[in-house]
Amino acid sequence: MTTQKQNTTNTQQGSSNTLLADVDIAVVGGGVVGCGVVRRLALAGASTVLIEKAADILDGASKGNSAILHTGFDAPPGSLEWECVQKGHAEYLEIHESMNLPLLKTGALVAAWSTDEEERLHGVLKKGLNNGVEDLCLLSQAEIKSREPHLADGVRAAIHVPREYVIDPWSTPLAYLLQAVDNGGRALFNAEVTGGEYDGSHWLLKTAKGKVRARYVINCAGLYGDTLDQAVFGESEFTIMPRKGQFVVFDMAASKLVNSVILPVPSERTKGIVLFPTIFGNMMVGPTAEEQDSRDDASVDKETLEMLASKAVNMLPALAGMPVTATYAGIRTATERKEYRIITDSERNWITLGGIRSTGLTSALGLAHHVLDLLNEMGADFTAITNPVVPQVPNLAEHLPRDCHKPGFEEIVCHCEMVTKREIDAALGGKIPAGSISGLKRRTRVTMGRCQGFYCSARLAELTEGKFETPLGIGDAHE
Amino acid sequence: MNDKLRSETWDVAIIGGGPAGLSAAITLKKAGINNIVVLDRENEAGGVPRHCGHPPFGIREFGRILTGPAYAKRIAETARQLNIEIALQSSVTSLKPEGKLSILRPEGEIELQAKRVLIATGTRETPRSARFVSGGRPLGICNTGALQAMVYLKNTIPFKRPVVIGTEIVSFSALFTCKRAGIKPVALLEEESKASVFWPIQYSAGILGVSLYRQTGIVEILGKERVTGVRVSDGNGQERLIECDGVLFTGKFVPEAGLVHMSHLKSDPATGAPILDQYGRCSDKAYYAAGNIIKNPVKVAGTCWQNGKIAATKIEKDLAGQLD
Ligand SMILES: Cc1cc2nc3c(=O)[nH]c(=O)nc-3n(C[C@H](O)[C@H](O)[C@H](O)COP(=O)(O)OP(=O)(O)OC[C@H]3O[C@@H](n4cnc5c(N)ncnc54)[C@H](O)[C@@H]3O)c2cc1C
Ligand SMILES: Cc1cc2nc3c(=O)[nH]c(=O)nc-3n(C[C@H](O)[C@H](O)[C@H](O)COP(=O)(O)OP(=O)(O)OC[C@H]3O[C@@H](n4cnc5c(N)ncnc54)[C@H](O)[C@@H]3O)c2cc1C
Repeated sequence: MTTQKQNTTNTQQGSSNTLLADVDIAVVGGGVVGCGVVRRLALAGASTVLIEKAADILDGASKGNSAILHTGFDAPPGSLEWECVQKGHAEYLEIHESMNLPLLKTGALVAAWSTDEEERLHGVLKKGLNNGVEDLCLLSQAEIKSREPHLADGVRAAIHVPREYVIDPWSTPLAYLLQAVDNGGRALFNAEVTGGEYDGSHWLLKTAKGKVRARYVINCAGLYGDTLDQAVFGESEFTIMPRKGQFVVFDMAASKLVNSVILPVPSERTKGIVLFPTIFGNMMVGPTAEEQDSRDDASVDKETLEMLASKAVNMLPALAGMPVTATYAGIRTATERKEYRIITDSERNWITLGGIRSTGLTSALGLAHHVLDLLNEMGADFTAITNPVVPQVPNLAEHLPRDCHKPGFEEIVCHCEMVTKREIDAALGGKIPAGSISGLKRRTRVTMGRCQGFYCSARLAELTEGKFETPLGIGDAHE
Repeated sequence: MNDKLRSETWDVAIIGGGPAGLSAAITLKKAGINNIVVLDRENEAGGVPRHCGHPPFGIREFGRILTGPAYAKRIAETARQLNIEIALQSSVTSLKPEGKLSILRPEGEIELQAKRVLIATGTRETPRSARFVSGGRPLGICNTGALQAMVYLKNTIPFKRPVVIGTEIVSFSALFTCKRAGIKPVALLEEESKASVFWPIQYSAGILGVSLYRQTGIVEILGKERVTGVRVSDGNGQERLIECDGVLFTGKFVPEAGLVHMSHLKSDPATGAPILDQYGRCSDKAYYAAGNIIKNPVKVAGTCWQNGKIAATKIEKDLAGQLD
């Protein structure tokens, strides 16, 4: 086996002066927000390009979140965040089936574990009802027990939030981007935007791969939203203050122990530590909220993981002794202020979607509509596509039929997560091929299970040979 | 194959075609129980020894020293010569009461009914995540099993200068595999004051020129795309940095018992292995378990072979109505 790198389109170097695209709209950043926005704009009839600096989408904040589709019951009333979360939630429910995106109808319990929390619960209920989430209700201890028989006895009361759901954090943005591409959009990878100039009618963006010309630019650079504005304008109205959240993922056997998302009574600063089922059939606890300087250091630490695991056991005593499958961290795009930082420069046709901190997976579709509205106000005049193509993404959800349930899959490569060779081949091809090992994991679940690659890494190294810049196998075994 | 698997009620279905499963199958067949099937999810039977490209294997079974792959071939061949049905690419996905199994095969999903089932799915090493090791998730972190499969089955390597964690018997295999593949470990770490199997490790570490650090634990893995180093700490809290391009976590075996945990069978929360009665039966008496899935600490292939044989003898009696 050799590790010679083939030239895939992902890594081809253009000269820095090549004009890579000349479009109506350039969306910078392939996080969930950028993917959601580019989809809406492509459907609106604009010619679009999404520009991502990494080899695959979801290289920033969107890589590691809790994957909860929020109702907005605890959002700041009347805020743009509240509006976008509600719209995003509604649109996801409308479109998910058509794109083969899963939905796990868990519902959530906001659980109070102390008298103080129990008192605050009433405020939470009131706020939620005022926020238009009308199906909230208080549950008695007996009602909680009947929904969640394994929850510890210390739970005093809870609010039931029926429409907080669990979704697939990675296939969702992929589906959005695919729809943009299927309807005429383009995507560029390994193309960090390093600057740009506006000539009064068009932007000329400088990227690591070449130039992009566009009438409008939407900055969806997430954790680097402020630095992109600085690179282009010399200043930014906000500063990203990265806030890390660590998670512990328990073995699939734990998923029998909890049905709903168990939320804490929210505080001003964070949504707090949550216990929840994942769409992939696991059960998870997290995230923490830790401020740090680094925007890309998603490392975990032992003490915090131990704290999370013991917290989970306190809430769910039957978890004691349950094996841990994985640990990871995500980084929120927090800023010095709590609210979304949407900045519109209508002189220069530039919109920045900054600080989409802790609800972006849900709000992305809502934000996308908001961007379209802003563009219309700025005088953009697109004609919506009449019969848009609706792409289907492969299902990774555990509760729905997966590729391994359809005959002819050739071979199970990853036995823990039941990932087939057919699935891996498909993810390595197609219109937006996986660009890295971690990208491939997010598209297939490969090596994400209990053994973390003990059984299948060797086969995976073989199947991905020559595909990625940073490969699994780095040379021959025999000198 | 699907039709065949579905059509009969098997006397015994054996999950796992490693040393334990195959030895049980061979024993049963020789005892005249013909209606048996071995199910394995891989493309080849033989189990973990398939990728242990080094001796010693086979002393107890064949009276000679073989490499793992030669041993795996030999036990699979022995089973085939006895006309034992071996269904490969057959992933057992659930265990149901009274010997009903769900199986996924490339041709489709099937259910199989057996009077008795032997679970012989083996063990694996604890991965980095379950050890709660601090740091990011760069490439270049793996277990001995994965390293061996890369080196011996796919002729590739995940790193060139790893730090090796642990000093169990398997760590010896790990060092040996590194040597074979031209990998030069930069350090061997053991948290305890003594190595778990002191003699061979000391010896092989010496041969390879690898320094063994006792009472030294890994504190953090460094690196973004790939591992660039580890921070380690000795017993006195003294920390230092070791530059490396990989971390090889060896040992701390856990049973490959996900199937059991998801099923109606009872397991021991402390070890994760199924709970067995004095005959080696699980909490549902249609199920037995043998081999490394029930061995803690993990045993060599010869012991698992022996253990499979004993389980087969019990099953034979059971089928004849002579157990309870
Ligand atoms: C721990 C945690 C839990 C969360 N839980 C939930 C939840 O349950 N539900 C929910 O709705 N939301 C949740 N969120 C929030 C959600 O994940 C974020 O709001 C969302 O990911 C923000 O996405 P983004 O696209 O703005 O930023 P990012 O994901 O950071 O995307 C920005 C992209 O731009 C690229 N980029 C940066 N600079 C450049 C450049 N100069 N040129 C080109 N490309 C560039 C980056 O590589 C990156 O891919 C959670 C977040 C975290 C961290
Ligand atoms: C890295 C390493 C090095 C070793 N070196 C040595 C050595 O030098 N000498 C020595 O004697 N021993 C060695 N051993 C130990 C030896 O490999 C084991 O003792 C032996 O393989 C255990 O046999 P087993 O049959 O219990 O399990 P395994 O050999 O692990 O076989 C289990 C089988 O079950 C199959 N299986 C698992 N789950 C399913 C499922 N759901 N459906 C279908 N099939 C399934 C697997 O594919 C596998 O073939 C080593 C082990 C390791 C991990």
